[in-house]
Amino acid sequence: MDAEARQGARQGRRAIDLYLNIILLVFVAATGIAAVWLRNLLASAMVLGIYSLLMASLWVVLDAVDVAFTEAAVGAGVTTVLMLLAIALTGRREKRARSRPWAPLAVSLATAGLLVYATLGMPAFGSADAPAQLHVAPYYLRHGEAETGVPNVVTSVLASYRGFDTLGEVTVIFTAGIGVLVLLGSASRRRRNSATPAKGDSA
Amino acid sequence: MDILTHFNYWAAIALASIGLYAVVARHNLIKKLIGLSLFQTAVFLLFITIGKVTGGTAPILDSAYSLYSNPLPHVLILTAIVVSVSTLAVGLALAILIKREYGTVEEDEIQAEDSAAGPGPA
Repeated sequence: MDAEARQGARQGRRAIDLYLNIILLVFVAATGIAAVWLRNLLASAMVLGIYSLLMASLWVVLDAVDVAFTEAAVGAGVTTVLMLLAIALTGRREKRARSRPWAPLAVSLATAGLLVYATLGMPAFGSADAPAQLHVAPYYLRHGEAETGVPNVVTSVLASYRGFDTLGEVTVIFTAGIGVLVLLGSASRRRRNSATPAKGDSA
Repeated sequence: MDILTHFNYWAAIALASIGLYAVVARHNLIKKLIGLSLFQTAVFLLFITIGKVTGGTAPILDSAYSLYSNPLPHVLILTAIVVSVSTLAVGLALAILIKREYGTVEEDEIQAEDSAAGPGPA
């Protein structure tokens, strides 16, 4: 009977997980639509921050706690700051488009339809015998702690088994940082150069 | 029952099409970048959904648990989130640069200004 009760509790937990997942996804979709819908870009950036935080909660429900940390710090934090900085420099009102957006709507709905058709061949959500669960993941879970000494398998894969991935990631961040510096640095230099002859003309 | 087993995939597709719509339909460059980040999170959702195992727990090894979710999608998406923020930063820097050069970030106004300036070097 004790085992039966435990089994029942486990099933209840799974049902709660599934409902939480669905409720969070509905909220995420609603905030996503709102972020695109709003004409005030400042409000749009704020809604995008809420969207990221909801996504972070969803990652916890889906057992991806490390992703949740990153999403909350980088997605909800850094992205919002970058967005606000850019909006402060480019203006917060989005102008109303003159043309009706039927063609883009048709394109995105057609894409969605094709993708939904493709998901019919996907394994059911959470199935333990899906192909993705049978390849290298069991090896990482079984030998990760013995081979790297880290109980968090995500960390051991990130820093050890797929260390070159992380090296590539750092390269991308470095390149992006240099890109931003070059773009914004050259712009202020050009403005200074174009300001000097103008002063000469007026003198 | 089929709805519940594929709901996450369809939510990811819905987010992707919202993002695609924003990128194609909206003329404001900042709004396009917001759409792009929605599209990216849709891909993240798809990957994390594939890694979830029902009844599993977060892949941090402990003797109290025996069933874990797949850690590999988590690793890939951790990398992808950071990369997406750096590409977003470059996109926003480009938008700021365009604002300085053209005085606007609305795509149709930029095109009007380009065609008014005429072909050839300015």
